[in-house]
Amino acid sequence: MEKHLFLAGHTACYGCGEALGARLVVDAAGPNIITTDATGCLEVFSSRWPQSAWAVPFVHSLFENSAAVASGVEAALKALGRQVEAKVIAQGGDGGTADIGLQCLSGMFERGHDILYVCYDNEAYMNTGVQRSGLTPYGSNTCTSPSGKVSWGNRYLKKDMPAIAAAHGVPYIATASVAYPKDVQAKVKKALSITGPKYIQVHVPCPLGWKSDPALTIKVAKLAVETGLYPIYEMENGVVTKVRKIPRPAKPVTEYLKLQGRFAHLFKKGGGEGEVKKIQQIADENIKKYGLLSEAAAKVAVEAEKE
Amino acid sequence: MKVILGGLAQPATSLANNTGNWRNERPVFLQKACTGCTMCAVICPEGCVYSVSKKVFTFDAKYCKGCGMCAAECPVDDIEMVMEEK
Ligand SMILES: Cc1ncc(C[n+]2csc(CCOP(=O)(O)OP(=O)(O)O)c2C)c(N)n1
Ligand code: SF4
Ligand SMILES: [Mg+2]
Repeated sequence: MEKHLFLAGHTACYGCGEALGARLVVDAAGPNIITTDATGCLEVFSSRWPQSAWAVPFVHSLFENSAAVASGVEAALKALGRQVEAKVIAQGGDGGTADIGLQCLSGMFERGHDILYVCYDNEAYMNTGVQRSGLTPYGSNTCTSPSGKVSWGNRYLKKDMPAIAAAHGVPYIATASVAYPKDVQAKVKKALSITGPKYIQVHVPCPLGWKSDPALTIKVAKLAVETGLYPIYEMENGVVTKVRKIPRPAKPVTEYLKLQGRFAHLFKKGGGEGEVKKIQQIADENIKKYGLLSEAAAKVAVEAEKE
Repeated sequence: MKVILGGLAQPATSLANNTGNWRNERPVFLQKACTGCTMCAVICPEGCVYSVSKKVFTFDAKYCKGCGMCAAECPVDDIEMVMEEK
């Protein structure tokens, strides 16, 4: 088999986007890293004691403090004068990042630790059976935002985590998707070349929670981007510097939604069209806000493709 | 007495798990149209698809769970999923 730093034998579900995401990240980072990870699927399926899928040093923190534990690791490396020997990568799921771990992450940003924080965004608390998080998209059916007679599923919008990171003055922020593996890896490498705190949020489909076909993980991830629902961009020193252009015309959100059981209620119940329209609006606003279709964006996206 | 807080595990030990036991379908690499784009190897969530030579790819049956992502994403449809017979 090919040499990887995140290994087979892990127990993630069939077609798990998070398992793919983690492997892409550590393979791009290389062997000289120390990683931490919040409680969540990634930690559970990669570190089933007494085994570990990690070929690099790995610390499972608690659910809420991956960023704080990584801060300690980084501070210790500095105190020992050994910071040239290893880069520190903190990891967490969307719940562990945008909700319960947000305070520790804010502290890590504020203190300016030289750490890359990677959020694997599968848009709900998957490890405990699909509860909604601050990154669950509008309209999604989860067990704490159930669709039914009086509900269309999650009624809140995704928290804008990159903007929260930017408000801390984080020098490098990026969104990415496992649909574009080379892009994920280029962003990890770029982030690690920058000193200070960095934040990368990777969109990782979860066939179990999204009720999607495991074989279609990449297709689903790609549609999230091509509809405009998951804009892919880089922000350097608070300014958006690169945007992944999407094919014109953008695909309608229905193409994305219909592949996933978590949105099935929108197409079964009368009145669902209005909700689908709202989701289309979210995509349209992203397209406008990030210039996903504009000529200016086209040029940088072509450059990104070449990397 | 030495007290170890938490659990310690040795790196790269998950390789002992035969997750291939989960498999219902297995990928068959047809080797008719492969262009050597490496997509199947890059996106396998187990990291268990690999190249034997430039345009010949295969998988490690010890770990492949049979998710079918490689077959779905091969741009030239050179991978087929077939029912596993045991
Ligand atoms: C303080 C605390 N509260 C709750 C839990 C239970 N718990 C473990 S993992 C998890 C969900 C993780 O969700 P996310 O961070 O999105 O990661 P995912 O499993 O989706 O990858 C929860 C609620 C916990 N371990 N610790
Ligand atoms: S529940 Fe989702 S995130 Fe967790 S292992 Fe399964 S596919 Fe991956
Ligand atoms: Mg999650």
